[in-house]
Amino acid sequence: MTAVHSELKASYAFVERNINLVKRYWGWELVWIAYTIANSLAVVLIASGINAAIDHNALTRAQESRLVLFLTVGALVWHYLAVVFEVVSDMISWERWEGTIEYTFMAPVRRATHMVGTTLFSLVYGLVHTAVILAVIVVAFDLDMANANYAAAAVVLVVGSLSLVGIGIMGAVLPLLYPERGSQMTHVIQATLVLVSGVYVVPAALPEPLRTLSAFSPATYVLGGIRAALLDGAGLDQMWRTVVGLLCVGLVLVPAGVWVFGRAERYAKRTGRLKRSG
Amino acid sequence: MCVTDRLPDHPQTQAKPALRAAAEERTMKTEPGPQVAAAPHASAHRTPGPGVSEPPALLVDGVTKVFRKGGGLLRRLRRNGAAPAARPVVAVDNVSLHVPRGEIFGLLGPNGTGKSTLIRLMSTLLLPDSGTVRVFGFDVERDEFRVKQLINRVSVEASFFKKLSPMENLMYAARLYRVDTRYARRRIVEILALLELQERNIWSPMEDMSRGMQQKVAIARAFLTAPVLLLLDEPTTGLDPHGKRAVQAFVRDIRDHHDTTVLLTTHDMLEADALCDRVAIIDSGHIVALDTPANLKGLAPRVNGHEATLEDVFLTVTGRELRRESEPSHDSGT
Repeated sequence: MTAVHSELKASYAFVERNINLVKRYWGWELVWIAYTIANSLAVVLIASGINAAIDHNALTRAQESRLVLFLTVGALVWHYLAVVFEVVSDMISWERWEGTIEYTFMAPVRRATHMVGTTLFSLVYGLVHTAVILAVIVVAFDLDMANANYAAAAVVLVVGSLSLVGIGIMGAVLPLLYPERGSQMTHVIQATLVLVSGVYVVPAALPEPLRTLSAFSPATYVLGGIRAALLDGAGLDQMWRTVVGLLCVGLVLVPAGVWVFGRAERYAKRTGRLKRSG
Repeated sequence: MCVTDRLPDHPQTQAKPALRAAAEERTMKTEPGPQVAAAPHASAHRTPGPGVSEPPALLVDGVTKVFRKGGGLLRRLRRNGAAPAARPVVAVDNVSLHVPRGEIFGLLGPNGTGKSTLIRLMSTLLLPDSGTVRVFGFDVERDEFRVKQLINRVSVEASFFKKLSPMENLMYAARLYRVDTRYARRRIVEILALLELQERNIWSPMEDMSRGMQQKVAIARAFLTAPVLLLLDEPTTGLDPHGKRAVQAFVRDIRDHHDTTVLLTTHDMLEADALCDRVAIIDSGHIVALDTPANLKGLAPRVNGHEATLEDVFLTVTGRELRRESEPSHDSGT
């Protein structure tokens, strides 16, 4: 228990360091949040502008309201999952940019502890970011949340985050092995997830083979579950299969990510890839 | 005057050398969990029992490290797999060293001769292709975590989060090394004051500081974590004479008062001569000479009746001049 406590305290080193970095880069944080708000609003505006674009009677007011909520959930959930994925996969990129990678890897801290700290920060950072965007959308649009089951949505979000953390850890292998372009390579994973996971469309409407691929993306089930909870008021009793499925996938992907990272770290130490700044 | 003589008085430092007190205090202040004192061999090496032979601080036994250049996957695909394999570059070639506890050991050689590779092998950042590296009896590959608890490194690049202040960077290090945070906050201010860093700089971003000031913070980081084996990879490269003297004073102090073994790489002959108990000259990944500075000087002929310098020794044992090759001062890192 003492050892676990000690490791948890050590993991806070990464949380505190990242919070300090956010404070020091506050200008960039403002730009980033303005950019994500603009992006999210642009997506949600598609719903409210669809009647004017096609036919003034294309959608009823209720349908339009549902589409607004559908896209809002897509924009917010995807933003949250993307932030979690990005922060976790950037845990090596940051060190490369700053030239501190050798010091962090030389410190007496287990890689799992490093990852726990980074993940904790990513969850908090993602939630804060998403809450800010949600506040702006609530002010800008008249969201109909009468049926929403917030508790069920929160459970799906938390459980679903695990899978993205696992994929993020695997993504972090790329900047570890490819110092110059590894960080950009993680964007390919992110772009693929957004394409196949039904972020802004119902997965059933995707063309083949994207529809088949969507079945393999955990984000598909996270988005589906949260939409069911917020749009239709579905409870955990109706979504337990989704929750258990996401939990199982997360429990496989996180250790798998740690294992893959461990192998990659060993390869990096064998080939001298820790030293370069990228 | 010894820099550590100026440490502020502390109940535990009275009648003790200040740095030793700091080390003992840090040991008391470290948090529970896996740490130096908890490691059976680590505690054994500090106070060996009767009849127990102490493992050396550092044992490098027949270590070879070869890097392969130009063998990327894309290149291989472009060549249809028919091209020859990647070009091997031998960075360290069958090197053996034995550094007893408490020694300041110098590794001397121009850029690109394998000094930094050896340091990385000792600090668990590289794995040897063959041979073994042991720190106080712990193998860097098998007992990686234990080794990490015993070492720290100051390199030619200060390596900090540049937007963060010295306090923020050092607190990050303190947490990683399980130093009690309240104790660390106080000690950071004391150590940086000792190293003559103005207090206002402690809270300013590192990017606003000169290289010499950043190097002082790097030394403070090593001091804060109280390693028993300190690896110094060209710590004075690029520093002005005042900065060099401060670093050299620190090296002597940490050995004399803190029971730390120091391995120092440098291409500064005068520095090696002034600081090191023994010096190994490395060339093209080989150790070509190893002895005390005084004995090494005996390898080169006297010039106009004057005793040879270590530079003369280098010229004698390698047939090449050190200064010309090391002038660019940017370590190629091999």
